[in-house]
Amino acid sequence: MDFKTFSFVILAVILAPIAGGLLAGIDRRLTAWFQGRFGPPILQPFYDVIKLLGKDRQVVNYWQIFCVHIYLISAVLCVALFAMQADLLMIFFVMTIGAVFMVVGAMAVPSPYSQLGAQRELIQMLTYEPLLIIVFVGIYLVTGSFKIDDILTYERPIFLMLPLLYLVLTFALTIKLRKSPFDISTSHHAHQEVVRGVLTEYSGPYLAILEIAHWYEIVLILAICGLFWSTSWIGLVVLLALTYMAEIIIDNVTPRMTWKWMLTYVWAVGISLSFFNMALLYAKSL
Amino acid sequence: MGFFQELLHKSRMKSPWLIHFDCGSCNGCDIEVLACLTPVYDVERFGVLNIGNPKHADILVVSGTVNPRNAKVLKNIYDQMPEPKAVIAIGACGTSGGVFREAYNVLGGVDKVIPVDVYVPGCPSKPEAIIDGVVLALEKLKVRQPEKNTEPLVADLKKAREFYENREERQVTG
Repeated sequence: MDFKTFSFVILAVILAPIAGGLLAGIDRRLTAWFQGRFGPPILQPFYDVIKLLGKDRQVVNYWQIFCVHIYLISAVLCVALFAMQADLLMIFFVMTIGAVFMVVGAMAVPSPYSQLGAQRELIQMLTYEPLLIIVFVGIYLVTGSFKIDDILTYERPIFLMLPLLYLVLTFALTIKLRKSPFDISTSHHAHQEVVRGVLTEYSGPYLAILEIAHWYEIVLILAICGLFWSTSWIGLVVLLALTYMAEIIIDNVTPRMTWKWMLTYVWAVGISLSFFNMALLYAKSL
Repeated sequence: MGFFQELLHKSRMKSPWLIHFDCGSCNGCDIEVLACLTPVYDVERFGVLNIGNPKHADILVVSGTVNPRNAKVLKNIYDQMPEPKAVIAIGACGTSGGVFREAYNVLGGVDKVIPVDVYVPGCPSKPEAIIDGVVLALEKLKVRQPEKNTEPLVADLKKAREFYENREERQVTG
């Protein structure tokens, strides 16, 4: 690995949580603006995390500590792999390992809220993972490779050929950001759903580590969204800004739905949209 | 080290997470607590979140006179909160039992069960008074130096396991 890639990786690993935290702060500010109030300062997520790091440790089970650290390591590794411009499928699998370990940590506790949240988190993963694989296959069909350095050399923005697949990716983004209508296991802004869902039994410094890992994952998924307009910086920023704005608006407008609705709707709409987009691709090439 | 201490104290002041528990209140004070979250008063400006989980919360906001049954639940919730924590008793009922002090089922105020840091009188307390109470509690949290939990982790986990196994005896209902 040459010096340039190494410095990219170090920069990405250091800057990603800062960017994720600032994004979370801007999110709360914008949500408050939509709701007709002022919101907390933009640095608020950092104050939350530092406060949580200073709290007393209260665990039920040593599995919780282990799983929280594995989740953080997997999130950091995914961002590092993206900076190294590695294979998209590898990034997907490392991401899955982290998410599964968070669920295992929640399931290691006999609290009913934690168990319910963990089962719901598994159903969420079941919902978005096939769609994410379909999006990666769509990118492969257009650019001919799963590796990010090959995708970045494609001369046109991929969004022009795969607009419907971008919609499918935003389903996965909504679920990962824990925003309505898909905030089934634990919600970003609704703080009392099923006590706290999958996050119920994590507290203090472990909750802080989970939050930092969540920031890494947000940056990763937004980076995957950014692959869809990798040719120009302005296009990239505009695409990501519009996507995130749409997420916040939809979060404020929709209620929290049931897991059955989420599974059926996202699979039906996601697979149909993917099918249409792939058919369009083949029709164009004919 | 002084810089990190300062940062931690500042973050504790800037990020108070509340849990609200109703110990038999008429819900007047509860409605005023929830009114603080609405756009008119908007306590989220100060970083206040109504987190419903005692394991995540810093400040326990209690309304209502306490009776023997929900005293056990109140103590349970207070014990689940990690240090540093503060307790605010809201309303005339939470402060001392209010007009129901002499009733047969009423213990008479939150401080009969758990140590209270701030008392917010009123019937119901005004949202502005509740916000003032939260700010006072934050000042107390800032200077509080809770005893660090020095028990080794393995002994802590063993205690948690025994606590779980004895849950039948502690059951309040049924």
